[in-house]
Amino acid sequence: MDESNEKKKRSRRDFLKKGLLAGAGVVAGGSLIAAYVDKSEKESGEKVRALTTDGQIIEVDKAVIKTPRVSIKESHEGIPGRKFVMVIDLAKCKNARKCVEACQKGHHLPKSQEFMKVYLLQDSDKSAPYWFPKPCFHCDNPLCVSVCPVGATYKRSDGIVLIDNDRCIGCKFCMTGCPYSTRVFAWKHYNEFDEDKEPYSPEAGSPGKEGTVSKCDFCPDLVRIGKLPYCAQNCPMGVIYFGDIDEDTVTNGTETYRFSELIRDRAGYRYLEVLGTRPTVYYLPPVERQFPVDRGFNDLDENVKNRYKNTPYVKSHKK
Amino acid sequence: MENKPTREKLLREFAPQIERISASSVLWILFLLGVIGIGVYAFVTQVTEGHEVTGMRDNVVWGIYIVNFIFFMGMSYAGAIISGALHLFRTEWRKPIIRMAEYLAIISLLIGPGYILLCIGRLDRLPFLAVYGRIQSPITWDVIAISTDIFGCLIFLYLSMLRDIANLRDFSELKLPKWRKKLYSALALGYTGTPEQEKRLKRATDIMAAMVIAIAIIVYSVLAWIFSVTLQPGWHSTIFGPYFVIAAVYSGTGVLIITMFVFRKIYRLEEYITRKHFVAMGVLMVVLAALFGYFTFSDYLTKWYGSEKNDENLIKILFSQYYWPFIFSNYIGVLVPLLVIGIPKLRTINNILISAIIVVIALWLNRYLIVVPTLESPYLPIQDSRPAWAYYNPTWVEYALTAAGVALFCLLFTLGSKFVPVMNVSEMSEIPKSKGPFTEEESLV
Repeated sequence: MDESNEKKKRSRRDFLKKGLLAGAGVVAGGSLIAAYVDKSEKESGEKVRALTTDGQIIEVDKAVIKTPRVSIKESHEGIPGRKFVMVIDLAKCKNARKCVEACQKGHHLPKSQEFMKVYLLQDSDKSAPYWFPKPCFHCDNPLCVSVCPVGATYKRSDGIVLIDNDRCIGCKFCMTGCPYSTRVFAWKHYNEFDEDKEPYSPEAGSPGKEGTVSKCDFCPDLVRIGKLPYCAQNCPMGVIYFGDIDEDTVTNGTETYRFSELIRDRAGYRYLEVLGTRPTVYYLPPVERQFPVDRGFNDLDENVKNRYKNTPYVKSHKK
Repeated sequence: MENKPTREKLLREFAPQIERISASSVLWILFLLGVIGIGVYAFVTQVTEGHEVTGMRDNVVWGIYIVNFIFFMGMSYAGAIISGALHLFRTEWRKPIIRMAEYLAIISLLIGPGYILLCIGRLDRLPFLAVYGRIQSPITWDVIAISTDIFGCLIFLYLSMLRDIANLRDFSELKLPKWRKKLYSALALGYTGTPEQEKRLKRATDIMAAMVIAIAIIVYSVLAWIFSVTLQPGWHSTIFGPYFVIAAVYSGTGVLIITMFVFRKIYRLEEYITRKHFVAMGVLMVVLAALFGYFTFSDYLTKWYGSEKNDENLIKILFSQYYWPFIFSNYIGVLVPLLVIGIPKLRTINNILISAIIVVIALWLNRYLIVVPTLESPYLPIQDSRPAWAYYNPTWVEYALTAAGVALFCLLFTLGSKFVPVMNVSEMSEIPKSKGPFTEEESLV
């Protein structure tokens, strides 16, 4: 049913029969991508060379190349030979919330659903408060995956934990299974879901569906075309590094580090290690900070500011 | 041994129960249907407008639906364990009340799972549980366990009703429409009470009684594991399996006492259900009260004494925000039955009834206190400006569906009692010949 819908939609577009293109300028790392051409787009004038399936090199306009979303079946597999990792530098975060906004825009989420949340944490009375951006930890021992009765949430070979919203029955067991409050539920059909006209793919995490669970997905659709996840791309402070643990490299778009050295030199750690979920998101402790924590309250919407009014830090400040 | 009333006398006496529907019972049934109707409307609202109409949100993802689910399933297991155990031990005082325990088992088992369906966001995808089912998930365990339990309980109830159905078929004075009589004779499966039939029926009932006890324990443990396999503070507890089983039987004895009282009043069964039966059930309730209190105490003691940060936080919430519900469910709900039954002077039918009602309310609250406060205090503190996201407040939809469940429970009980007498006529009219699974020497009777 869903597959046939997908096919119809595709045939409506002018599908470039010579399917696989290797877009030299498009794909960093030069991996093969499936692409189709959409003639409705205006030409950019910039041409890229592409390799067709029958071995010819053709030139097409850059603007007409679109990466199609991989099928649901493909999205269960994972990108071969990769193992993704994220490093979040708490010393640089000032709660600018650009990660949250970009993520919501990219995934066509309503304001009430946040895949990335920014907490104001303080580990104990006397310890320092800090801003704590929290995506999904894509655990290597994910309880959410264990408890799912229908295999709607799954761990891929590249380490990413995804949700198939065509499979999810909405029992919310995964939401209680996750100790990090990562998952969100579509309590109704949100208008934002309709903005996305593409066929659904778990890799894009969009369009959302009423009555199902969704969460941060590490943006594998972007990663496939050599881009960073929305949060990492859009952080003005370069807080969020993304990379591959086997390549031992992480980057925030401007700086690139050896993952192992960064973790060693900056004493990287994983949140709530004690729970044994083995996250693939690492944090760098908030030392030698670039901003005072109060900077995080600047330019916030009133209702976002209100989130933090019951935290011990804000309460003690009021006194 | 006291004189046994004959089967004819009993049938003649109970016949009006199933022959006539009085004006007041018609009103009662209409009232129940009205409440169920409101529930249906609430359900339609929830399906068409989405789960947003409930008080559940991303933190408290399960609310009173799950509480009701645990509660009804608990009553069912209690009914199964009580009727199975009393049957196997050939307890003499079971006879007038065992059918009620069996009805309790099956009726609440038909209602309970409905509540878990109300929590499911995509009811249209329910077949996926079978199509894509993963045996690793405790929900799959639950699906298998509950469906086994429904079949087991239905068979057990049917076997124990078979002789009464045959009695009704053979009872010529019964003034009933033809279709009802035809139904009885079809359901009686040609049972006439030959020694061979009797032997086989006894054997089958014994086997099912034992099975039903085992299944009930397994099913309720599985239900407890749905909570305790997660890492949530307050749920991640090793004693949840047995704790839930004990709490279930405890709440079930309470409901059974209330049921006994109600049917005794309505059908004027004072002759058959006496203070003796209430005291016997009361004693059972006290034993369970002590066990329940013990489990509750050791669960919270270890959480409090070790005081891991999140457990400490949970205990703090329980003793501040939820102070009175906590005191009611875990102190009053344990101590009242202990006192009422423990002091012989207080053991009147009315007192036992009142403590049963307290127990039932306390146990419902106990489940609420297990489900909701834990979800309100996750590892990462809830930082949300929307109060509904931080604290759970059930909406009218959830209350309406809760009331509808209770109404359906009462309705099915009413209809059940109109179909076959709420007392086991055939068992009451016989002097036990067999000692059940025991040999003559082993028998305590």
